[in-house]
Amino acid sequence: MIVIQQYLILSAILFAISVMGIFLNRKNIIVILMSIELMLLAVNFNFITFSSFLHNLDGQIFVFFTLTVAAAEASIGLAILILLFRNLRSINVQDMDSLQG
Amino acid sequence: MLTNVLFYLFAAILIFSAIRVITAKNPVHAVLFLVLAFVTSSCLWLILNVEFLALSLILIYVGAVMVLFLFVVMMLDIDVETLRKSFWQHLPLAIVLGLVVLVEMVFVLIAKPITLPHTVASFPSDISNSNQIGLLMYLNYSYPVELASVILLLALVVAVALTLRQTNKNSKYQNIAKQVAVDSSTRVTLVKMATETNPEVTISNKEGETK
Repeated sequence: MIVIQQYLILSAILFAISVMGIFLNRKNIIVILMSIELMLLAVNFNFITFSSFLHNLDGQIFVFFTLTVAAAEASIGLAILILLFRNLRSINVQDMDSLQG
Repeated sequence: MLTNVLFYLFAAILIFSAIRVITAKNPVHAVLFLVLAFVTSSCLWLILNVEFLALSLILIYVGAVMVLFLFVVMMLDIDVETLRKSFWQHLPLAIVLGLVVLVEMVFVLIAKPITLPHTVASFPSDISNSNQIGLLMYLNYSYPVELASVILLLALVVAVALTLRQTNKNSKYQNIAKQVAVDSSTRVTLVKMATETNPEVTISNKEGETK
């Protein structure tokens, strides 16, 4: 029998790994985008877990909307990435300093 | 028993592939391990009887988003060595931060046992999961579903607008600098002309010539 903590701790581990990924690959914007996808997956895991254990389907509907927004975010992020690569010839985050931030 | 064994097997594969995503040298390998992570988590969702979302995760993520990632990674000419220069330098900070996040979350989860309220299933159990989600989505959540479709349309338009190149002479686009520089003198021109006294006569007499 699977208890709810197993799934919640698994999703916490997944979230922590993706936080580490953002810090490790601070220069590589592609891996940062992939870490964000992993984070969204970890959050979806929580929704699915509670939805399944509470027999309430609203969490699954919310996961559906999260998937929609994540797909939109990935497509726009990759479009911006291609635009940056076309102008800078690199995807190094350190090169993106034209706003002097 | 069997579900427990399957859970730990899939969880191990998921954690391994997530770690490989963030540590892989080659971005193509990272994308492929991310595909493995998504397929494995879809299997984990199947254990929880969430069939519709498990399958749509494979269709949407592995079928669409990850292929998009793979295309972009393969198209760009990435210099991996400069991007990984500070990898080992950031490793201690990343491990400390990840452990802090993990320990906090696990502490919240195991501090006191989670007691779920006893709930009644909102649908009878002989209706399949996809059927239940369909009923809920198009009865209770029809307005948010339409909003989600608008978000997808917006993403489509934005992705095209960002990457469109103005090399083709026939393509129409805005000249932002000209639009910003515009003032009233370039938009409205006042013309002096003689007053027309009897418009009806003018129109009926020289209908073809007034232009």
